[in-house]
Amino acid sequence: MSAVKQRSRKTTMLEAINAGMAHELENDPDVVLLGEDVGRAGGIFRTSTGLQQRIGSKRVIDTPLDEKGIVAHAVGMALYGLKPIVEIQFSGFIHDAFEHIMFCAARYRWASGGQYSCPMVIRAPSFGGIKGGFWHSQSVEAYFVHHGGIKILCPSTPEDAYRMMIAAVRDPDPVLLVEAVPLYRAMSASFVHDGVPAEIGRAEIIRPGKDLTILSYGPMCHQSVIAADDLADTDAVDVEVIDLRTLIPYDIESILKSVKKTGRVVIVHEAPLSMGFGAEMAAVIQEKAFGYLHTPIQRVAAPDVPYHFSIGDECYKPNAHRIGLAIKRAMAFEF
Amino acid sequence: MARKPATKPKAAPKAARKKSIAKSKAPNATNDELLDYYKAMLLIRRFEEKAGQLYGMGLIGGFCHLYIGQEAVVVGMQSTAGPNDSVITSYRDHGHMLAYGMDPKGVMAELTGRRGGYSQGKGGSMHMFSREKNFYGGHGIVGAQMPIGTGLAFANQYKQDGGVAHAYCGDGAINQGQIYEAFNMASLWKLPVIYVVENNKYGMGTSIERASAVTELYKRGDSFAIPGKQVNGMDVIEVRAAAEEAAEWCRAGKGPFILEMKTYRYRGHSMSDPAKYRSKEEVSKVRQESDPIDLLRACIADAEAATEDQLKEMDKEVKSIVTAAAEFAQQSPEPDPSELFTDILVEA
Repeated sequence: MSAVKQRSRKTTMLEAINAGMAHELENDPDVVLLGEDVGRAGGIFRTSTGLQQRIGSKRVIDTPLDEKGIVAHAVGMALYGLKPIVEIQFSGFIHDAFEHIMFCAARYRWASGGQYSCPMVIRAPSFGGIKGGFWHSQSVEAYFVHHGGIKILCPSTPEDAYRMMIAAVRDPDPVLLVEAVPLYRAMSASFVHDGVPAEIGRAEIIRPGKDLTILSYGPMCHQSVIAADDLADTDAVDVEVIDLRTLIPYDIESILKSVKKTGRVVIVHEAPLSMGFGAEMAAVIQEKAFGYLHTPIQRVAAPDVPYHFSIGDECYKPNAHRIGLAIKRAMAFEF
Repeated sequence: MARKPATKPKAAPKAARKKSIAKSKAPNATNDELLDYYKAMLLIRRFEEKAGQLYGMGLIGGFCHLYIGQEAVVVGMQSTAGPNDSVITSYRDHGHMLAYGMDPKGVMAELTGRRGGYSQGKGGSMHMFSREKNFYGGHGIVGAQMPIGTGLAFANQYKQDGGVAHAYCGDGAINQGQIYEAFNMASLWKLPVIYVVENNKYGMGTSIERASAVTELYKRGDSFAIPGKQVNGMDVIEVRAAAEEAAEWCRAGKGPFILEMKTYRYRGHSMSDPAKYRSKEEVSKVRQESDPIDLLRACIADAEAATEDQLKEMDKEVKSIVTAAAEFAQQSPEPDPSELFTDILVEA
């Protein structure tokens, strides 16, 4: 059996999330999965296909449609020693549960003087790209990064999705897993389903370079690499792309190391610009590496408006073209 | 108050069916009314079939929740609506917009995301509105329209305009907590709101038995002293009678009313749902035995309200309305990228 397990398998993001959850459900009886349609139907995006059949309906639980109720329920489960994985169908539905995520799950450890913790995973399928209209295309992560007590992960590859799921389930604190809907079926990768968790809090250089650092996460990592490749050809710019992977706690060491090497920074996220995660990144970089910067930090993000149903996928989301323009701005800037 | 479930949509044999329809048919429904309802329901059905086609052709993107099978509910409700009544519903909203008088062209063009759509292509299938028709959406968050509908009723009451709010949700949404917060306030302040719960038996892929501890949804107002009634939502005349009763209650200042409409959606939850959680036999049984349009057609025949030829003529007319809407929805231009930035705040 282990020989089969060790073989590298071609896996989509969907399958990776499924495999990660399956691994933890199979190996830890305290892990439960709950959410709307996660059981019999296998989840709205089919991320939990087959899990109820394998694990049973006592642990893969179809819930009523009630986000606040589901999350609050999971908080109670977690306080009592279970490790619930909660699926919110779209991150746009998460706001009803905001209080229980940020002021209960993320506060119990602190509020109880370390007596309690809430080891739970909240899965938030996010981002646009499927013409979902403004409610179903949201990038909500910035609402959750404002105070501590919760970890926030955003995988951009199938392997990361698998390993981050495992890491999130095993983490003793609440974890918000920001899943990239547009990547669910868009790519696949081969890796061994060995149950090894990702390291939370570590960024990764996904394209090494020396002239400029792009900091990004989720689907925008891929757009950043495309932009970097394009400009390497046309402008002879050598761009380093860093996939942050963990938003809280972010990998400040890797970020500073790269920034000090390149001296130029472009931050890319799909969420709106103002007071977004990029604003915090820019602030921290200038505090800690001001003397290394050759040019002002550039940000590429969505405008501070709702996601447009008809033209949002093309005009709202940042893309390689817009990232390329920001790279050029950062390279050409003169004080 | 009416707490007893009304006649259930029973699987009656064909011969008996006509009889039961004739029985359920309120004697005060005129022939013209029957034909009006028939046309309205047929328009919804043909419109939705066309929307499904356009979706299949890739002309409609994203989500698309069809109303096929539930037409009698909204047509029966609308038939009693007064001029100041306000309406809000969920994302399964195309039928509601058509029934409440919105232009099929504008609705279809919103589905295709064009400038000619009710929200100029900004909202899409789930998010469109008409101030002219007192239609407040189209809401993409399950259940969230119910407290908003309660606020509409507050405004109706405050302005003393005689209006009643129609707030629609499904059997899945009825388990959202905010609905009960709304129930409490509505009853406390005696707000004129009819909560229409369209019980089509499935909240997305989960059947009501698997999602609700108490499946008699008309009882959900018990703790708030809100009267409720279960209605055969496949029978437009029965729906109308229930809507009249509820509206009368609301307009008399007695507060909210819950109508549980027992109905059925023929298609999946959305276009991307193959509906594997139920059998094909189950769907075809409903289609054959309690289709709302067939029932009304039989009713029209019984009453001799129209000849077959006249009904065929009506079919043709509806078809041409839908064809024109689909053409408009494809010809209307795409929004300009600058539209991203319009209507964010009031223009200076």
